[in-house]
Amino acid sequence: MKAPKTLRNVAVDRELMVDMYRKMLFFRRFEERANLAYTQQKFSGFCHLHIGQEALNVGVQTCLQPDDYVISGYRSHTQAIAKGIPAQKVFAELLGKSEGCSSGKGGSMHMFSKEHRFFGGHGIVGGQAPLAVGMAFKVNYEQENSIVVCYLGDAAMNQGQVFEAMNIAATWKVPVLFIIENNLYGMGTAIHRTTSIDHLYKRALAFDMKHSMIDAMNVLTVYEHMKSTVAFVRKNKEPFLVEAMTYRYKGHSVSDAGTYRTKEEVEEYQKRDPILQLQEDLARLDFADDDAFKAWDKEIREQVKEAEAFAEASPPPDERELWTNVFADET
Amino acid sequence: MKTMTIREALGEAMQEEMERDPKVFLMGEEVAEYDGAYKVSRGLLKTFGPKRVIDTPISEGGFAGVGVGAAMAGLRPIVEMMTWNFAIQAFDQIINHAAKMNYMSGGQFPVPIVFRGPNGAAHMLSAQHSQNLDPLLTNVPGLKVISVANPSDAKGLLKSAIRDNNPVVFLESEMLYALKGEVPEGEHLIPIGQGKLCQEGNDVTIVSWGKISRVAIEAVSQLAEQGVSCDLIDLRTLVPMDEALVFASVRKTHRAVIVEENWPFASVGAQISDRIQHECFDDLDAPVERVSQEPVPVPYSEGLEHLALPSVDKILAAVKRVTYKS
Ligand SMILES: Cc1ncc(C[n+]2csc(CCOP(=O)(O)OP(=O)(O)O)c2C)c(N)n1
Ligand SMILES: [Mg+2]
Repeated sequence: MKAPKTLRNVAVDRELMVDMYRKMLFFRRFEERANLAYTQQKFSGFCHLHIGQEALNVGVQTCLQPDDYVISGYRSHTQAIAKGIPAQKVFAELLGKSEGCSSGKGGSMHMFSKEHRFFGGHGIVGGQAPLAVGMAFKVNYEQENSIVVCYLGDAAMNQGQVFEAMNIAATWKVPVLFIIENNLYGMGTAIHRTTSIDHLYKRALAFDMKHSMIDAMNVLTVYEHMKSTVAFVRKNKEPFLVEAMTYRYKGHSVSDAGTYRTKEEVEEYQKRDPILQLQEDLARLDFADDDAFKAWDKEIREQVKEAEAFAEASPPPDERELWTNVFADET
Repeated sequence: MKTMTIREALGEAMQEEMERDPKVFLMGEEVAEYDGAYKVSRGLLKTFGPKRVIDTPISEGGFAGVGVGAAMAGLRPIVEMMTWNFAIQAFDQIINHAAKMNYMSGGQFPVPIVFRGPNGAAHMLSAQHSQNLDPLLTNVPGLKVISVANPSDAKGLLKSAIRDNNPVVFLESEMLYALKGEVPEGEHLIPIGQGKLCQEGNDVTIVSWGKISRVAIEAVSQLAEQGVSCDLIDLRTLVPMDEALVFASVRKTHRAVIVEENWPFASVGAQISDRIQHECFDDLDAPVERVSQEPVPVPYSEGLEHLALPSVDKILAAVKRVTYKS
């Protein structure tokens, strides 16, 4: 029998690595297509992309169970897909179509799917943190085996409600995993200009909350860390905070000139591109070669195009939908 | 006269008032190094430096309160809210603290502060980013509320707001920042509390303010082509309101249509309508009509969003109703 392959002393699994690679690539291509559709004026408003930050989403959500809860901010197209919402429904939501995952009423910032336990993209910075604690409260209340993942931006950590939510989570011991996507900026403001500490995991110290910091440009690092972290939260039913160091390549929203950072800085991170890193690992381990990478990319580009085509073909919401859902149905 | 955008007019107002009074300073998200999320504060950091043009964390409740405290202690803050949707985070400081301090302290602690930023729907930003908060803010005694829709008013009223000794809520619109118009040269102040008769007519009084008044202007010109002449009033200040201007017009036309980008329940339009029926009861030839936003959260989808907001067609229909032409 052949010894299992290892990478940086960790046993690796081809199937898992290929799966994560293909997911990251899919999310990259999806966001590129969303970006294009926005510039082609197929939709309007805001469009916050995750390009550059794929490793975190994939590394985290590969560790989740279908009945786990995920909640996030306005930058969450691909987190929604990772939780199981079909890409075509996310794309249809971008275009404000009736078959979008929020029936065209939410848009780019507000992906929702009860079925997939994706509890929303939320537009008010930090507003999702108390909601996440409420979901985790329900998990304990009903003695479920789920956990709640709450994504937050670095800059969201300065919102008062986030502080309040974390204190409640730690005091009441509810299973919520706060993941800070630290991409170093809140819009055009570098996080160090608005925050007194050098690293945001330190906020957890104020609540005696378990915490960690990871390099979220490498999907294997994220995955290895999250496997144990997710298991910890599930087992101990208490909150945990992960500061995930990442970087967004594109502007805050599509219409952002990016004058607050240098081209060199962006390029520095692009050298550590999460997809590229995994591609190199796959090649080094002989798990895949250039032909495979090319074939996957072609296949994925087709899938994304199909998602867009579905979205474009989907009808806009009926005018009567203006009046539905203002209140819940009577039962 | 100089031609400039609303964006430039607001920037100039802040610039002039900061030159005039060293106690005036500006803070908010992205106002300094990024020149403002909507570039209203462009150049101010360069002119006044980081002591007086300050980037804040995304902590609306926190920095609004810091502003109130600084104002109580004698400074004159301008607090930019990236949009009023986010200022909801700061409603505790605006409503519980700024609005009440002077009264509660028996007049010892006035709060000379301006909270300013865009209000209302822009385009396809969905429910959490498209709210018009006029009714919530005008409901609170102790707050002055201004809503501007052209460069001259923007400049003249922002300067007055900065000089006012009270908390002033100053409502702008993303959609109007690029709108150009003439602004008088030199010192240009418009008193708080004065509405403006923008167009004169005899058949119907149309009362509006803020961004949606641009839609009312369009409706009025279409009505003129149909032979219906309107008085068009831009209130400019909601609190204190220039009721005399409204009443005088209604006494002339005997008909009123209020055009607001508010949800209709307990809205500013409802307030105006109440005041008209009370003060002009014998002058009215038709019930006062209101064109409001539909009472639903603003939807994302372009078609639905359009249906949710006031439109020229809705205004024309309301005018038909008050003139009994429908
Ligand atoms: C309460 C509130 N204030 C301001 C905004 C405007 N805004 C949207 S995103 C953002 C920056 C947030 O940065 P961060 O939390 O780091 O997340 P990122 O966008 O980097 O993913 C700001 C200021 C908002 N949506 N909500
Ligand atoms: Mg960030």
